Amino acid sequence: MNYSYFLPYLIVMAASTFAVRVIPFVLMRKKIENRFIKSFLYYVPYTVLAAMTFPAMLFATNHVLTALAGLVTGIIIAYKGHGLLTVAVGTCSAVLVTELLFLVI
Amino acid sequence: MNFKTGLKHGIPIALGYFSVSTAFGLIAVNGGCTAIEALFISMFNVTSAGQFAGVTVMASAGSYIEMAMTQFLINARYALMAISLSQKVDKKFTTLPRILLSTFITDEIYAVAMGRVEDISAKYYAGLSCLPYFGWAAGTFFGAVMGSLMPQILTTSLSIGLYGMFIAIVVPVVKTSRKTLVIVGVSLAVSCLIYFTPAFSKISAGFAIIISAVIASAAGAILFPVEDKEVS
Repeated sequence: MNYSYFLPYLIVMAASTFAVRVIPFVLMRKKIENRFIKSFLYYVPYTVLAAMTFPAMLFATNHVLTALAGLVTGIIIAYKGHGLLTVAVGTCSAVLVTELLFLVI
Repeated sequence: MNFKTGLKHGIPIALGYFSVSTAFGLIAVNGGCTAIEALFISMFNVTSAGQFAGVTVMASAGSYIEMAMTQFLINARYALMAISLSQKVDKKFTTLPRILLSTFITDEIYAVAMGRVEDISAKYYAGLSCLPYFGWAAGTFFGAVMGSLMPQILTTSLSIGLYGMFIAIVVPVVKTSRKTLVIVGVSLAVSCLIYFTPAFSKISAGFAIIISAVIASAAGAILFPVEDKEVS
Protein backbone atom coordinates (compact mmCIF):
# COMPACT_ATOMS: atom_id res chain seq x y z
CA MET A 1 0.00 0.00 0.00
CA ASN A 2 1.25 3.52 -0.57
CA TYR A 3 1.38 5.81 2.43
CA SER A 4 -1.29 8.26 1.28
CA TYR A 5 -3.66 5.30 1.28
CA PHE A 6 -2.32 3.63 4.42
CA LEU A 7 -1.71 6.55 6.82
CA PRO A 8 -5.30 7.89 7.10
CA TYR A 9 -6.47 4.37 7.91
CA LEU A 10 -3.70 3.94 10.48
CA ILE A 11 -4.55 7.28 12.13
CA VAL A 12 -8.29 6.57 12.29
CA MET A 13 -7.57 3.07 13.60
CA ALA A 14 -5.03 4.11 16.25
CA ALA A 15 -7.06 7.13 17.38
CA SER A 16 -10.26 5.08 17.83
CA THR A 17 -8.37 2.38 19.69
CA PHE A 18 -6.62 4.89 21.94
CA ALA A 19 -9.88 6.71 22.70
CA VAL A 20 -11.61 3.48 23.69
CA ARG A 21 -8.91 2.80 26.28
CA VAL A 22 -7.81 6.20 27.54
CA ILE A 23 -11.17 7.94 28.02
CA PRO A 24 -12.67 5.43 30.45
CA PHE A 25 -9.32 4.86 32.18
CA VAL A 26 -8.77 8.56 32.89
CA LEU A 27 -12.37 9.61 33.53
CA MET A 28 -13.88 6.62 35.26
CA ARG A 29 -13.43 6.82 38.97
CA LYS A 30 -16.85 5.33 39.71
CA LYS A 31 -18.58 2.10 38.70
CA ILE A 32 -21.15 1.90 35.90
CA GLU A 33 -24.58 1.35 37.45
CA ASN A 34 -26.71 0.74 34.34
CA ARG A 35 -27.34 -2.99 34.19
CA PHE A 36 -28.10 -3.14 30.45
CA ILE A 37 -24.84 -1.38 29.51
CA LYS A 38 -22.84 -3.48 31.96
CA SER A 39 -24.33 -6.69 30.59
CA PHE A 40 -23.93 -5.59 26.98
CA LEU A 41 -20.24 -4.79 27.57
CA TYR A 42 -19.77 -8.10 29.36
CA TYR A 43 -20.90 -10.08 26.29
CA VAL A 44 -19.11 -7.95 23.66
CA PRO A 45 -15.65 -9.58 23.72
CA TYR A 46 -17.02 -13.06 23.25
CA THR A 47 -19.62 -12.23 20.59
CA VAL A 48 -17.02 -10.23 18.64
CA LEU A 49 -14.41 -12.98 18.72
CA ALA A 50 -17.00 -15.63 17.83
CA ALA A 51 -18.24 -13.63 14.82
CA MET A 52 -14.65 -12.98 13.69
CA THR A 53 -13.73 -16.65 13.90
CA PHE A 54 -16.76 -18.25 12.35
CA PRO A 55 -17.35 -18.83 9.51
CA ALA A 56 -14.33 -16.81 8.23
CA MET A 57 -11.81 -19.25 9.70
CA LEU A 58 -13.22 -22.08 7.60
CA PHE A 59 -12.11 -20.33 4.42
CA ALA A 60 -8.70 -19.14 5.64
CA THR A 61 -6.83 -22.31 4.61
CA ASN A 62 -6.57 -24.22 1.35
CA HIS A 63 -9.28 -26.71 2.31
CA VAL A 64 -12.34 -26.35 4.56
CA LEU A 65 -11.48 -29.68 6.20
CA THR A 66 -8.02 -28.55 7.37
CA ALA A 67 -9.52 -25.38 8.89
CA LEU A 68 -12.13 -27.53 10.59
CA ALA A 69 -9.36 -29.74 11.99
CA GLY A 70 -7.66 -26.63 13.41
CA LEU A 71 -10.91 -25.31 14.87
CA VAL A 72 -11.82 -28.59 16.57
CA THR A 73 -8.27 -29.11 17.87
CA GLY A 74 -8.18 -25.57 19.26
CA ILE A 75 -11.53 -25.98 21.01
CA ILE A 76 -10.48 -29.30 22.57
CA ILE A 77 -7.16 -27.91 23.86
CA ALA A 78 -8.83 -24.77 25.22
CA TYR A 79 -11.61 -26.84 26.78
CA LYS A 80 -9.00 -28.87 28.64
CA GLY A 81 -7.86 -25.65 30.27
CA HIS A 82 -4.64 -24.87 28.41
CA GLY A 83 -3.50 -21.30 27.78
CA LEU A 84 -3.14 -18.98 24.84
CA LEU A 85 0.17 -20.26 23.50
CA THR A 86 -0.73 -23.96 23.67
CA VAL A 87 -4.06 -23.42 21.93
CA ALA A 88 -2.48 -21.30 19.19
CA VAL A 89 0.31 -23.80 18.57
CA GLY A 90 -2.13 -26.74 18.61
CA THR A 91 -4.46 -25.04 16.15
CA CYS A 92 -1.59 -24.22 13.75
CA SER A 93 -0.13 -27.73 14.02
CA ALA A 94 -3.45 -29.40 13.24
CA VAL A 95 -3.83 -27.26 10.12
CA LEU A 96 -0.24 -27.89 9.03
CA VAL A 97 -0.50 -31.66 9.47
CA THR A 98 -3.82 -31.95 7.64
CA GLU A 99 -2.64 -29.60 4.86
CA LEU A 100 0.41 -31.84 4.37
CA LEU A 101 -1.90 -34.88 4.28
CA PHE A 102 -3.85 -33.25 1.46
CA LEU A 103 -0.58 -32.76 -0.45
CA VAL A 104 0.26 -36.46 -0.12
CA ILE A 105 -3.17 -37.85 -0.95
CA MET B 1 5.20 -4.38 43.15
CA ASN B 2 7.93 -2.47 41.35
CA PHE B 3 8.95 -2.20 37.72
CA LYS B 4 11.19 -5.27 37.87
CA THR B 5 8.46 -7.54 39.25
CA GLY B 6 6.19 -6.39 36.45
CA LEU B 7 8.88 -7.07 33.88
CA LYS B 8 9.19 -10.65 35.12
CA HIS B 9 5.44 -11.23 35.07
CA GLY B 10 5.35 -10.05 31.45
CA ILE B 11 7.68 -12.75 30.08
CA PRO B 12 5.07 -15.48 29.43
CA ILE B 13 2.71 -12.94 27.84
CA ALA B 14 5.53 -11.70 25.61
CA LEU B 15 6.23 -15.24 24.33
CA GLY B 16 2.57 -15.80 23.52
CA TYR B 17 2.32 -12.40 21.83
CA PHE B 18 5.38 -13.01 19.69
CA SER B 19 3.89 -16.16 18.19
CA VAL B 20 0.41 -14.73 17.72
CA SER B 21 1.63 -11.46 16.21
CA THR B 22 3.72 -13.48 13.76
CA ALA B 23 0.35 -14.61 12.43
CA PHE B 24 -0.81 -11.01 12.31
CA GLY B 25 2.31 -9.96 10.37
CA LEU B 26 1.61 -12.66 7.79
CA ILE B 27 -2.04 -11.65 7.47
CA ALA B 28 -1.18 -7.95 7.15
CA VAL B 29 1.25 -8.64 4.31
CA ASN B 30 -1.30 -10.85 2.58
CA GLY B 31 -3.76 -7.97 2.93
CA GLY B 32 -1.38 -5.69 1.02
CA CYS B 33 0.65 -4.04 3.81
CA THR B 34 4.43 -3.77 3.77
CA ALA B 35 6.42 -5.09 6.74
CA ILE B 36 6.95 -1.55 8.08
CA GLU B 37 3.23 -0.78 7.79
CA ALA B 38 2.38 -3.99 9.63
CA LEU B 39 4.88 -3.01 12.35
CA PHE B 40 3.32 0.47 12.65
CA ILE B 41 -0.15 -1.03 13.02
CA SER B 42 1.07 -3.24 15.87
CA MET B 43 3.04 -0.44 17.57
CA PHE B 44 0.17 2.05 17.55
CA ASN B 45 -2.73 -0.28 18.27
CA VAL B 46 -1.69 -3.28 20.38
CA THR B 47 -4.96 -5.11 19.80
CA SER B 48 -5.28 -8.56 18.28
CA ALA B 49 -8.79 -8.80 16.93
CA GLY B 50 -8.94 -5.06 16.26
CA GLN B 51 -5.81 -5.04 14.10
CA PHE B 52 -6.96 -8.10 12.24
CA ALA B 53 -10.31 -6.47 11.45
CA GLY B 54 -8.54 -3.19 10.63
CA VAL B 55 -6.41 -4.87 7.96
CA THR B 56 -9.59 -6.43 6.56
CA VAL B 57 -11.15 -2.96 6.28
CA MET B 58 -7.99 -1.55 4.59
CA ALA B 59 -7.74 -4.46 2.15
CA SER B 60 -11.38 -4.07 1.14
CA ALA B 61 -11.01 -0.24 0.88
CA GLY B 62 -13.73 0.27 3.49
CA SER B 63 -14.75 3.75 4.67
CA TYR B 64 -13.07 5.56 7.57
CA ILE B 65 -16.40 5.40 9.41
CA GLU B 66 -16.38 1.63 9.03
CA MET B 67 -12.79 1.55 10.33
CA ALA B 68 -13.64 3.67 13.38
CA MET B 69 -16.85 1.76 14.15
CA THR B 70 -15.11 -1.59 13.79
CA GLN B 71 -12.36 -0.51 16.19
CA PHE B 72 -14.83 0.99 18.69
CA LEU B 73 -16.89 -2.15 18.84
CA ILE B 74 -14.19 -4.79 18.71
CA ASN B 75 -12.13 -2.90 21.28
CA ALA B 76 -15.12 -2.01 23.44
CA ARG B 77 -13.99 -4.69 25.85
CA TYR B 78 -10.90 -2.59 26.62
CA ALA B 79 -13.17 0.19 27.83
CA LEU B 80 -14.73 -2.27 30.21
CA MET B 81 -11.29 -3.46 31.33
CA ALA B 82 -10.10 0.13 31.71
CA ILE B 83 -13.06 0.82 33.99
CA SER B 84 -12.45 -2.24 36.12
CA LEU B 85 -8.68 -1.62 36.20
CA SER B 86 -9.31 1.96 37.33
CA GLN B 87 -10.93 0.50 40.47
CA LYS B 88 -7.78 -1.45 41.32
CA VAL B 89 -4.95 1.04 40.76
CA ASP B 90 -3.21 2.79 43.67
CA LYS B 91 -3.39 6.50 44.46
CA LYS B 92 -0.15 7.37 42.69
CA PHE B 93 -1.61 6.07 39.41
CA THR B 94 -2.56 9.61 38.36
CA THR B 95 -3.82 11.05 35.09
CA LEU B 96 -0.48 11.18 33.26
CA PRO B 97 0.48 7.52 33.81
CA ARG B 98 -3.10 6.58 32.95
CA ILE B 99 -2.76 8.35 29.59
CA LEU B 100 0.65 6.81 28.92
CA LEU B 101 -0.24 3.27 29.97
CA SER B 102 -3.82 2.94 28.69
CA THR B 103 -2.52 1.55 25.37
CA PHE B 104 -1.30 -1.51 27.26
CA ILE B 105 -4.73 -2.51 28.49
CA THR B 106 -4.94 -5.82 26.58
CA ASP B 107 -6.75 -9.03 27.47
CA GLU B 108 -3.67 -10.75 28.89
CA ILE B 109 -1.85 -7.81 30.54
CA TYR B 110 -5.11 -6.76 32.15
CA ALA B 111 -5.82 -10.33 33.28
CA VAL B 112 -2.40 -10.67 34.95
CA ALA B 113 -2.71 -7.27 36.67
CA MET B 114 -6.18 -8.09 37.99
CA GLY B 115 -4.85 -11.38 39.32
CA ARG B 116 -2.61 -9.49 41.81
CA VAL B 117 -3.84 -9.22 45.36
CA GLU B 118 -2.32 -5.76 45.96
CA ASP B 119 -3.34 -2.50 44.33
CA ILE B 120 -1.62 -1.90 40.99
CA SER B 121 1.11 0.74 40.85
CA ALA B 122 1.99 2.62 37.67
CA LYS B 123 5.56 1.26 37.89
CA TYR B 124 4.36 -2.33 38.07
CA TYR B 125 1.95 -1.85 35.16
CA ALA B 126 4.70 -0.21 33.08
CA GLY B 127 7.05 -3.11 33.78
CA LEU B 128 4.35 -5.65 33.02
CA SER B 129 3.62 -3.99 29.66
CA CYS B 130 7.23 -3.70 28.42
CA LEU B 131 8.07 -7.18 27.16
CA PRO B 132 4.62 -8.04 25.80
CA TYR B 133 4.68 -4.77 23.80
CA PHE B 134 8.12 -5.59 22.45
CA GLY B 135 7.06 -9.17 21.70
CA TRP B 136 3.93 -7.97 19.89
CA ALA B 137 5.90 -5.54 17.68
CA ALA B 138 8.85 -7.88 17.04
CA GLY B 139 6.59 -10.84 16.21
CA THR B 140 4.63 -8.74 13.73
CA PHE B 141 7.77 -7.66 11.91
CA PHE B 142 9.14 -11.19 11.98
CA GLY B 143 5.93 -12.60 10.50
CA ALA B 144 5.70 -9.87 7.88
CA VAL B 145 9.31 -10.39 6.71
CA MET B 146 9.47 -14.17 7.03
CA GLY B 147 6.06 -14.62 5.45
CA SER B 148 7.41 -14.16 1.94
CA LEU B 149 10.31 -16.56 2.57
CA MET B 150 8.27 -19.43 3.95
CA PRO B 151 6.36 -21.98 1.85
CA GLN B 152 2.68 -21.09 1.46
CA ILE B 153 1.49 -24.15 3.39
CA LEU B 154 3.46 -22.99 6.45
CA THR B 155 2.22 -19.40 6.32
CA THR B 156 -1.36 -20.64 5.95
CA SER B 157 -0.97 -22.80 9.05
CA LEU B 158 0.66 -19.99 11.06
CA SER B 159 -1.91 -17.39 10.10
CA ILE B 160 -4.54 -19.61 11.71
CA GLY B 161 -2.79 -18.95 15.05
CA LEU B 162 -4.74 -15.74 15.53
CA TYR B 163 -8.01 -17.69 15.39
CA GLY B 164 -6.40 -20.06 17.90
CA MET B 165 -5.98 -17.13 20.26
CA PHE B 166 -9.63 -16.12 19.85
CA ILE B 167 -10.65 -19.70 20.63
CA ALA B 168 -8.40 -19.65 23.71
CA ILE B 169 -10.23 -16.57 25.02
CA VAL B 170 -13.82 -17.67 24.27
CA VAL B 171 -13.81 -21.39 25.13
CA PRO B 172 -12.93 -21.19 28.86
CA VAL B 173 -15.77 -18.71 29.39
CA VAL B 174 -18.49 -20.58 27.49
CA LYS B 175 -17.38 -23.74 29.26
CA THR B 176 -18.38 -22.33 32.64
CA SER B 177 -21.23 -19.98 31.63
CA ARG B 178 -24.27 -21.50 29.91
CA LYS B 179 -25.62 -17.98 29.26
CA THR B 180 -22.47 -16.87 27.46
CA LEU B 181 -22.54 -20.10 25.44
CA VAL B 182 -26.06 -19.29 24.21
CA ILE B 183 -25.15 -15.69 23.38
CA VAL B 184 -21.98 -16.75 21.55
CA GLY B 185 -24.25 -19.17 19.63
CA VAL B 186 -26.49 -16.26 18.63
CA SER B 187 -23.45 -14.33 17.37
CA LEU B 188 -22.25 -17.34 15.36
CA ALA B 189 -25.72 -17.81 13.87
CA VAL B 190 -26.02 -14.16 12.78
CA SER B 191 -22.46 -14.23 11.42
CA CYS B 192 -23.22 -17.34 9.34
CA LEU B 193 -26.57 -15.93 8.19
CA ILE B 194 -24.84 -12.80 6.86
CA TYR B 195 -21.98 -14.77 5.33
CA PHE B 196 -24.05 -17.37 3.51
CA THR B 197 -27.13 -15.35 2.49
CA PRO B 198 -26.64 -13.94 -1.05
CA ALA B 199 -28.84 -10.91 -0.25
CA PHE B 200 -26.33 -9.85 2.44
CA SER B 201 -23.24 -10.31 0.27
CA LYS B 202 -22.72 -6.53 0.07
CA ILE B 203 -22.22 -6.30 3.84
CA SER B 204 -18.47 -5.99 4.45
CA ALA B 205 -16.59 -8.26 6.83
CA GLY B 206 -16.13 -5.47 9.39
CA PHE B 207 -19.81 -4.55 9.51
CA ALA B 208 -20.80 -8.22 9.62
CA ILE B 209 -18.80 -8.53 12.85
CA ILE B 210 -20.38 -5.37 14.29
CA ILE B 211 -23.93 -6.48 13.41
CA SER B 212 -23.43 -9.99 14.80
CA ALA B 213 -21.86 -8.75 18.03
CA VAL B 214 -24.40 -5.96 18.66
CA ILE B 215 -27.42 -8.22 18.07
CA ALA B 216 -26.01 -11.03 20.23
CA SER B 217 -24.76 -8.78 23.04
CA ALA B 218 -28.05 -6.85 23.17
CA ALA B 219 -29.91 -10.16 23.27
CA GLY B 220 -27.64 -11.21 26.12
CA ALA B 221 -28.19 -7.97 28.04
CA ILE B 222 -31.97 -8.38 27.69
CA LEU B 223 -32.28 -12.14 28.23
CA PHE B 224 -29.45 -12.76 30.70
CA PRO B 225 -28.40 -9.52 32.41
CA VAL B 226 -25.23 -10.24 34.38
CA GLU B 227 -24.78 -9.85 38.11
CA ASP B 228 -22.14 -7.47 39.50
CA LYS B 229 -19.75 -10.24 40.48
CA GLU B 230 -19.72 -11.74 37.00
CA VAL B 231 -18.58 -8.47 35.41
CA SER B 232 -15.64 -7.68 37.61
